[in-house]
Amino acid sequence: MENLGNGLVFGLATLGPGIGLGILIGKAIESMARQPEAAGMVRTTMFIGIAVVEALALLGFVLAFAI
Amino acid sequence: MSLTMAAAEWGGEFEGVLDPINSLFDFAPLPAFEDLRLFGVDLWINRTILIAWIMTLIAMSLLVVATRNPKVVPGKLQSLVELLFEFIRGLATDIIGRKGQRYVPLLTTFFVFILFMNLAKLTPFLMLPPTSRIAFPLFLALIAWAVYVGAGIKEQGLVHYFKELAFPPGVPKALYVLLTPIEILSNLVLRPFTLMLRLFANMVAGHILVVITLVAIHVFLPSFPAGSLVGVFALVAAPLVFGFELLIVGLQAYIFTMLAAVYIASSVEPAH
Repeated sequence: MENLGNGLVFGLATLGPGIGLGILIGKAIESMARQPEAAGMVRTTMFIGIAVVEALALLGFVLAFAI
Repeated sequence: MSLTMAAAEWGGEFEGVLDPINSLFDFAPLPAFEDLRLFGVDLWINRTILIAWIMTLIAMSLLVVATRNPKVVPGKLQSLVELLFEFIRGLATDIIGRKGQRYVPLLTTFFVFILFMNLAKLTPFLMLPPTSRIAFPLFLALIAWAVYVGAGIKEQGLVHYFKELAFPPGVPKALYVLLTPIEILSNLVLRPFTLMLRLFANMVAGHILVVITLVAIHVFLPSFPAGSLVGVFALVAAPLVFGFELLIVGLQAYIFTMLAAVYIASSVEPAH
């Protein structure tokens, strides 16, 4: 029962960050295609955004399984 | 959650049911150091501390050797280290502006320390990043917090800094009831907390992933016939996992440093 709860917690925790990452990376690709000169800066900012969004999913993972 | 609940129920000691999980977190002191004492304090050097020392020694020796006899036309190691310093200095200048020069040593220390601590996740005989034990990210986040609050107090004065923090100007007065608790919580509590948690959670998750992949290879590959397929899959996936974790290692060091710089910038040069 405990493992079921843990799995549910982690599964629910990845919903939001999954959607968020999709939107973020999609927009980054779109902007890189529109203006290739700005690709370097867009890429850097994209990585920063990825780290911030993934922190939430990883918080769910750590709380569900490793603590 | 099972561990925290067991700790709450049984007062911190959980024998019996949770023994297998308990032993995972049991970094016992190394046998050579078990009875060592320094001024009456137990010197429990366990595996985590030993790995932290080794990586710090490697980082320090690398930096010292590279900058010992600086030449005008740099050799290979010196140009690598210069690349690193220029990178952090560019980051500080981009984010903080001219006042950023003062914080470059701190940011470089953060970056190099976290990078080398994280690299222990992938080095062959170490395989445990010290930043996956919560004390390391906790104190790094506390140092970053102290620096950005201290920088704000120094630049703007004690009262003015906290007043600008809690009551950002340009907001209709009625909204302050809603905005002030959010602002105080977000600036003073959530920033260091998420800084610590991001690094900690990334390193824990990466460590678990790497260890499970390698253990899967070790367990499944020798067992014919059905197990070998899983073993082969794990073997093929191992370089991908290592590459991904290497990316995460560098990214987390960069993110920590950059967010520390952003927080310092928000204290030193307020946007209002």
